[in-house]
Amino acid sequence: MATSFLDKLPLPEFLKPAEEGPHYGVVGDFDSPEDLLRAIRTLRVAGFTKMEAYTPFPIHGIDEALGEPRSPLGRIVIVASLLGLASAVLLQWWTGAVDYKLIIAGKPLFALEPSVPIMFELSVLFGAFGAVFGMFHLNRMPTYYHAFFNYSKAGGASNDRFLLAVEAADPKFRGEELKTLLDSLGSRHSELVEA
Amino acid sequence: MADLAIGSRIELNPPLVQGGMTYADVSEKISAITENKPPKQWYYLITISSLMTVMLFGCLGYLVMTGIGVWGNNNPVGWGWDITNFVWWIGIGHAGTLISAVLFLFRQKWRTSINRAAEAMTLFAVACAGIYPLFHTGRPWRAIYWLFPAPNEYLHLWQNFRSPLEWDVFAVSTYATVSALFWFTGLIPDLATLRDRAVSRGRKILFGILSLGWRGSSTQWRHYELAYLILAGISTPLVLSVHSIVSFDFATALIPGWHTTLFPPYFVAGAIFSGFAMVVTLMTVARWVYNLQNLITTKHLENMCKVLIATGLMVGFSYGTEYFIAWYSGNPYERFAFINRAFGPYWWAYWTMVTCNVLSPQFFWFKKFRTTPVLMFIISIFINIGMWFERFVIIATSLHRDFLPASWGYFKPTWVDMCTFAGTIGLFLTLFLLFLRFLPAIAMSEVKGVLYQQIEDGKGTH
Repeated sequence: MATSFLDKLPLPEFLKPAEEGPHYGVVGDFDSPEDLLRAIRTLRVAGFTKMEAYTPFPIHGIDEALGEPRSPLGRIVIVASLLGLASAVLLQWWTGAVDYKLIIAGKPLFALEPSVPIMFELSVLFGAFGAVFGMFHLNRMPTYYHAFFNYSKAGGASNDRFLLAVEAADPKFRGEELKTLLDSLGSRHSELVEA
Repeated sequence: MADLAIGSRIELNPPLVQGGMTYADVSEKISAITENKPPKQWYYLITISSLMTVMLFGCLGYLVMTGIGVWGNNNPVGWGWDITNFVWWIGIGHAGTLISAVLFLFRQKWRTSINRAAEAMTLFAVACAGIYPLFHTGRPWRAIYWLFPAPNEYLHLWQNFRSPLEWDVFAVSTYATVSALFWFTGLIPDLATLRDRAVSRGRKILFGILSLGWRGSSTQWRHYELAYLILAGISTPLVLSVHSIVSFDFATALIPGWHTTLFPPYFVAGAIFSGFAMVVTLMTVARWVYNLQNLITTKHLENMCKVLIATGLMVGFSYGTEYFIAWYSGNPYERFAFINRAFGPYWWAYWTMVTCNVLSPQFFWFKKFRTTPVLMFIISIFINIGMWFERFVIIATSLHRDFLPASWGYFKPTWVDMCTFAGTIGLFLTLFLLFLRFLPAIAMSEVKGVLYQQIEDGKGTH
C-alpha cells in the first residue's frame, strides 16, 4: 500500500499495538452501502488491512475498496470443463471402438462429428459442478460455525444492514478504541465480538 | 420543462420495485409468504393438484403392471402423446433458463423478480418431461442400463452414442442437473435470510443447514458472483443445445415432415415461446394470490408479452418456411406430408395450432392486452394449448401417413394417455405450489441489488 501523509502523523491512542484476547474483531453496523464504503476507505487509509464487509447483496466497488484480488474460480471451471470434454471423448471412443465393437449403419466405430453433442454436454456438466463446488470450496462452505455470528446483530447482513468487521488479526487492531472509531464513521452499533 | 422531462423519463422507464419499498420491506414481503399460513386459494389449488398427482401415479402403476399397450401408440404412430408431452414439458422449462441465464448476461434487470419462480418451473417441467421416456421403456427400473452407460451384467453392451436419442439422454440429464445447481446457488443468500429471520427451532435448523453457513461476507460474494456469472454463461449455450438435440430426434430421421434442417432453431424458438407463456400463466396468478404487484410489476408482465410476440412471430415464420421448403424441394412425399398436415385427418389439430400460436399472440400488439393480467392469462393459456398441438402435429401427422399408403394409420389417445397427461400437470402444479409456500419465490438479494441501483439512479436525476 502506498504511504500516505497519515502514516507520518503521530499514532493516535486507538492505533496502539493489538491487545491480547480471543476476539474475532470489532463489527460496525451501517445504514447504507455508501456509509460502508466510506468507512472502508477511511480505515484503509488509516492502515487497516484485515477487514470483511457483510452485506445483503453484492456491492459494486467493495472488492477494490477492500483491496481483494479477483476470484480464481474461472481457472477451476476451465479445468473441470476440460475434464468433462476428455471424459466424453474417452467414454465414446472406449465403449464404441475398444470394448464392444458394433458396426451400426456402416459408420466408423469412432468419429469426432457424432461425438460433439455429448462432448459439449459433459463439458457443461463438469463445468457447472466446478463452478458450484469450486465456489463452495473457496468460500469454505458448508461451515456452520463462524465467529461473525457471535455479533448480536449478525442477522442484519441478510436483511437491510451493511456490516463491517475489523478482524483481531489486523496488526493495528485495538479493541475498544476501534468501536469509537467505527461509531464516528457512522456505525449504529459497534461491538467487540468474541471468537 | 424540466418537470416534463422527468415525467416522460418515468413514463418510459417505470421503476422495477414500486410502492417505495425498502430493503427490509423486500425481505419482509417475500419471507412472510413462507412464514405465514397460505391464503385459502392455495389450499383449494393444492387439493386439486395433489389429487391429479395421485391419478398420475395410478396411471403409471397401471402402465407398469399392464404394459405400454395401455397408451394409444400403434404402428405406424409409435410415438404418440408420450413424446408430445415430453417435448412440450422440456420446452416449457426453457423459459426458466432463458430468464435466469440469457437475460442475466444481457443485464436485463427486470428478470430479477421472476427468475427464481421461472427456474423452479424449469426443474418441475423437466421432472414431468422425464417421466414420459422413462415410462415409455415399460420397465423404468431397468432404464438406467438402457439410457446411461452404467456398467452392468445385464445388457453386456453399450449405448449407441451415434444416436440422437442417446444425445438427448445426456442433454436432458445435464440440463436438469445444471438447472438444479443454478437454482440452488441462487437460493443460498435467501435461505440465509430465512435462517436469520427464523423464530422456531425447526426453521432455524432447517434453513441453517440449507444455507450452508452463508454470511454474505464480501469474500463470499466475490466468489459467488463469479460462480453465478459462469453458470449463466454456460447455461446459455446449454439451453440452446437441449432443444436443438431434442429436435435432432426428429430431424435425423427420414420421415417427411421431420427430416429438415429448420428444426433446431424452430424448436428453440417454440420452446422459449411456450415457456414464457407458462411463466405468464403462473406469475399472473401468483402475483394476484400473494399481492406481489410492487415486485412483479406491470412492466415485468409487459416485457414478457413482448417476448411472446417476438417468439410467436418466429414460430409463425417457421411454419411458413416449412411449407415453402416442402414445395420448393420438389419432393412429392414432403409435399404430401404438408398438404396432409393442413387438410388431412388431423386438420383440426393443425388449425388449432395456427390459431393459438400465430394469431393469439398478435393481440399483444395492443397495450391494453400487455398490461391487463386477466387478458394476458387467457392468451397465455391459448399459447400453452397451441404449443402442445404443435408437438402433436409434428409427431402424429408425420408418422401416421408416411411413404407406403398400405401402412397408413391413425392415432387415438386412450383414457390412460389423457389421465397421465392431466396427472403431470397436477404434479407440476403441486411442486410449484409447494415451492411458493416453502421457499422464497422471488430472489430477495437480487431484488435488493436492483433497488440499490434504483436509489442510486434516483440520486442522479434529482
